[in-house]
This record gives sequence, C-alpha cells and structure tokens, in this order.
Amino acid sequence: MFRVSHKAIDLQELVDHVSDPEAGAIATFIGTTRNNNEGRKVIGLDYEAYPEMAEKELLRIGEEAKKNWPICRMAIVHRLGPVQITQASVVIAVSAGHRDAAFAACRFAIEEIKKTVPIWKKELYEGGEVWIGTQTGQPLPDR
Amino acid sequence: MKVRVKFFAILRERVGAGEITKEIEEGSTVAELWKALQQDYPKLNVPGIRLLYAVNQDYVGLDHALKEQDEIVFIPPVSGGS
Repeated sequence: MFRVSHKAIDLQELVDHVSDPEAGAIATFIGTTRNNNEGRKVIGLDYEAYPEMAEKELLRIGEEAKKNWPICRMAIVHRLGPVQITQASVVIAVSAGHRDAAFAACRFAIEEIKKTVPIWKKELYEGGEVWIGTQTGQPLPDR
Repeated sequence: MKVRVKFFAILRERVGAGEITKEIEEGSTVAELWKALQQDYPKLNVPGIRLLYAVNQDYVGLDHALKEQDEIVFIPPVSGGS
C-alpha cells in the first residue's frame, strides 16, 4: 500500500495491511501538523502532489527498504490537501521478523520521503502563507 | 513537436495553470525547454530555486532529450512528510 489520499489517514488500516505471520514487530511513524514553525504561528498545512509520480516514488522507497533490511511488508500513505493542526500528514507502517529492521526501515522511509517524493507543503500561518523549501533553498539530492 | 508540461506548487501558482502544451524543436533538451518556458512565463524565474526534472514520471538530468508527447515536470524543492 503506497498511496496519496485526500482523506484522513487510518493508522489501523496500514497496520492491518503489513500484518504478517512471520513478523515479530510492527513499527509505525506518524507525521503530524505542528502549530509552530521557525517562530511562526502555524494555522494549518496544505499538501499538493504530482500524484502518479509520488506513488511511484513511495513504491520505490518500499522496494529499497526491502533490499536493505529483512522486513516483511511496508505501507505508506501521504495526505493531500488541507491538514489541520495535530492531524496526520503521513503514516508509515513496517513489519519485520525483529524490531531492529522494523525501526530502521521506518526511519529510512520518512527520511527518503522528504528527499525524493514530489509532494509539496504550503504552510498557512498567521499573516501569510509560504511554500516550504522554496524560500530556504534547501539542498536537493543529486539524481 | 509537442510536449506536455505540468506545473505544481509555487510554479503552478506563478504560471497560473497546472498543465500546458508546448511546441518545441525536435530533440530539444529539458534545459532548452526550461529556457523557452521562462520566456513565455517570466514569473517562472524564482530567484534561488533549485529544481529537479522529471520526464514521464522518472527523474532525469537537464541534458535529457525530449520526445513527442513527453510529460515534463519541473519539480520545486519537495517537502513531504511533516
């Protein structure tokens, strides 16, 4: 399960998806919307994606994780559109025989999502809005 | 030849459209297309922006040669996750 969605993300759905008789661990990560950023009072976030490519890149991350760690299954769902404070913008679930691989693959997935998946975040804050990443000129991976 | 260009996030807002069709010379590269688009839409020139380039949903380099009906996206810095 590697997808983007305009609906609220259901953690249990991802956990059920990666459930596996050979798994001794399921690690999950939930990225949530924080009410502050760089001194700004954040009202909410608005995510936009190049959906076909975003799902393709999420799938690639899953395949790469499988090559690097002995995991059973992985699921990633990224929210699109407006996301309120405290709500989840991304959820990752990974099952593995043992916890080390589950934690490592989960960590790998969230770091990769921030580098290569074509999803953009507009921050709506008190007094304005800004596309995150564009103004700061953050370094991008060589691809 | 004709290619399709999709714009997202800050570039979509600056162009005022999510998708356009552009007539370019046979064998043009991504870099040449970007130059031509900047002439059509001067606002595309965002100071200091670092872009990635995708053709038919795969990352490519600036020297990638385009083909008829290719789908090109100029990708502003991504910020998925949280």
